[in-house]
Amino acid sequence: MDVGQMQRQWLDYTRSLFIEGFLDNQFLQLQQLQDENNPEFVVEVVSLFFDDSERLLKDLNFALDQQGVDFKKVDAHVHQLKGSSSSIGAQRVKNACIAFRNFCEDQNVEACLRCLQQVKQEYCLVKNKLETLFRLEQQIVAAGGSIPMMELGF
Amino acid sequence: MAATADLFIQRLPEVSARELHVLAVDDSHVDRKVIERLLKISSCKVTVVDSGTRALQYLGLDGGEKNSSIDFDSMKVNLIMTDYSMPGMTGFELLKKIKESSIFREIPVVVMSSENILTRIDSCLEEGAEEFLLKPVKLSDVKRVTDFIMRGEGMKGGKRSQKRRRSDDCIPSLTTELSPLSPSTLASKKSKL
Repeated sequence: MDVGQMQRQWLDYTRSLFIEGFLDNQFLQLQQLQDENNPEFVVEVVSLFFDDSERLLKDLNFALDQQGVDFKKVDAHVHQLKGSSSSIGAQRVKNACIAFRNFCEDQNVEACLRCLQQVKQEYCLVKNKLETLFRLEQQIVAAGGSIPMMELGF
Repeated sequence: MAATADLFIQRLPEVSARELHVLAVDDSHVDRKVIERLLKISSCKVTVVDSGTRALQYLGLDGGEKNSSIDFDSMKVNLIMTDYSMPGMTGFELLKKIKESSIFREIPVVVMSSENILTRIDSCLEEGAEEFLLKPVKLSDVKRVTDFIMRGEGMKGGKRSQKRRRSDDCIPSLTTELSPLSPSTLASKKSKL
């Protein structure tokens, strides 16, 4: 595959992530902050998101596993996860967190457990997608090409 | 006390010749990284801390009112941008502490939050926050805020600027903004003079 083909593949893949709602405008905002002097910016931010999310998902498991669930704590964890997913544009994770918080308010353990599963699922999906995207980017760069700039309007 | 405050104020005009030094406060790793980048792109010197407590320590406000060994030139902060919801000391509590300090109350404070709660916005502005930004914060938000602070510092020469009107904030953002329909909420009114 030549660089041009790889770039088209990257564009198509990125577009699909937006169309399917995995990513939103905030992700584009982050890409705009990347340049030749900070070529790894998006990867670095997303890595922090992965680290944070994994920690928070563990904490959520633990909190919901207790005899007497502390819903304030659960809500605090979900709030953090909602914040970081929103900051990188992981739209579906963010939306799953919003739904989760509603059930925290209701103090419904069963519903919260279901929400947690949903959030985990969305997280795994977007993690996979982003890792694929970054691999495509690495291939383009390794072949001497540059990452195209995404624009809204598709 | 008054003499020291005067000394501090006299130094303010130098800001327009140099970069703004912004102290950013956020408990989220992700958000700290993003705000740091946004500020660097906006040509600011940035110090990032992860809590209100650390922010106060940095300013020298943790122990008493003033730490006389502070080197004002290197540490002088021209703007504080803080997240609202943080464990321990919230951004609101940090805002209050800063505005209660005779030395640091002149530093503009901008509060950031992912939650668009009117009462929250109002209380921050009442308490003296310069602006309330909705997260996720965009480059256009940061540029607008830093441009305003730079202009304000240059013009006023140390004194508090006049009341800003809403229209002052509706400055077209720079070309880096992608989406024309930015949902950032921005409500500003002058707090106390």
